[in-house]
Amino acid sequence: MDSFLKQSTEFLPILAQGLWLTVLVTIGSFVLSTVLGLVWALMRVSGSRVLSGIARVAVNVIRGIPIIVQLFYIYFVLPDFGISLTALQAAIIGLGIAYSAYQAENFRAGIEAIDRGQIEAAQSIGMGWWLTMRRVILPQAFRIVLPPYGNTMVMMLKDSSQASTITVAELSLQGKLIASSTFQNTTVFTLVAMLYLCMSLPLIFLVSHLEKRAAKG
Amino acid sequence: MALIELAGVRKSFGTLEVIKGFDATVAKGEVVCIIGPSGSGKSTILRCINGLESYQGGRITVDGIHVDRSQRSIADVRMRLSMVFQRFNLFPHRTALENVIEGPIHVKREGRESATARGLALLERVGLGQKAESYPGQLSGGQQQRVAIARALAMQPQAILFDEPTSALDPELVGEVLAVMRGLADEGMTMVVVTHEMGFAREVADRVIFIDHGIIVEQGAAGEVLSNPQHARTKDFLRRIL
Repeated sequence: MDSFLKQSTEFLPILAQGLWLTVLVTIGSFVLSTVLGLVWALMRVSGSRVLSGIARVAVNVIRGIPIIVQLFYIYFVLPDFGISLTALQAAIIGLGIAYSAYQAENFRAGIEAIDRGQIEAAQSIGMGWWLTMRRVILPQAFRIVLPPYGNTMVMMLKDSSQASTITVAELSLQGKLIASSTFQNTTVFTLVAMLYLCMSLPLIFLVSHLEKRAAKG
Repeated sequence: MALIELAGVRKSFGTLEVIKGFDATVAKGEVVCIIGPSGSGKSTILRCINGLESYQGGRITVDGIHVDRSQRSIADVRMRLSMVFQRFNLFPHRTALENVIEGPIHVKREGRESATARGLALLERVGLGQKAESYPGQLSGGQQQRVAIARALAMQPQAILFDEPTSALDPELVGEVLAVMRGLADEGMTMVVVTHEMGFAREVADRVIFIDHGIIVEQGAAGEVLSNPQHARTKDFLRRIL
């Protein structure tokens, strides 16, 4: 235990650098996936066959390719087309796109859960499509969507470790690097796991709180 | 000139024709009640008038504007008509007052202050001045429907369409809603009311349209149609409902 604490003080500052990248990748890709997911979802419910069709194909293609392959594609293939991204940028964009598909399905379910009468009431006072969405549908859908939205954030926090496959030295990769140079596997990976838990557990509690509140209506 | 005009209107859901050639007009200041058995197309025709439903044949005009829900002009139609729904359809995430001023502020771009003053006056008028800050979930059905009527009035429409406004209410709450509607009629508001309330139709309506299986069986002065129906189907319907 003594050596664990001693080693911890030595490793933690290095792991903190990885932790910072993990947070960056998670938040960046979470924001991107939210925006993109909302775009897909709104296209799906737009009533336009063309927009809805494009969104459906996009979502299915994204869902049908492993995240890791999407990351490789953005980081290793796009430069061939003259688009060079840093590893961090590629990770954020790749995970953001990959998760936008799941966000889109969640958002769409939330939007479609709103009673049709709400849309008709909005239309009958002269609201157009966008105003109806912004003022009537989305605020109500938001409450429905919030718990699964939180779950997605937890999953993205963990999946940010996939950024390590394209050389982003986030928490898990940083841990692996320390472990392979010090052979202190137990200490290092225990610390890494605990750091992930420190971030994910509060989120998980927040989600279950939101779920309880939603169940109460 | 008639405010609302229907000429040869036809409407189908798939292969099922539910409106089979409607001709009717509603003049300014007129109260017209549409009655008929359920499934006869009463609500559907009402929903065609403000473009909530499309129709396949004939022509509907409101204040001279062709009602076509694929056109931008549908917004102009909806500015002239308000609608009150069977299930109220208030926005549950907004207070009674916010429900009433939503359209004026965000659709008509009226200033918040004047919209709020008008909104409060309208809530007062439907007897809900003290409920301005209540959410729909905290109100009874009758109160919700009265808020919905205030919301409809807030748009300063030329006519209001009522789609079975009391059908979802507990019997003891029907009266308060009908009283508000009666008040509107007295003030000269143009109203088209789909209803099962024959007492209201007899007392308030200028004209009654009886429809069955998607056709207008009989229409005329309210007292005339309700007391002295000419058509066998009207007689039969009235006998069963009264």
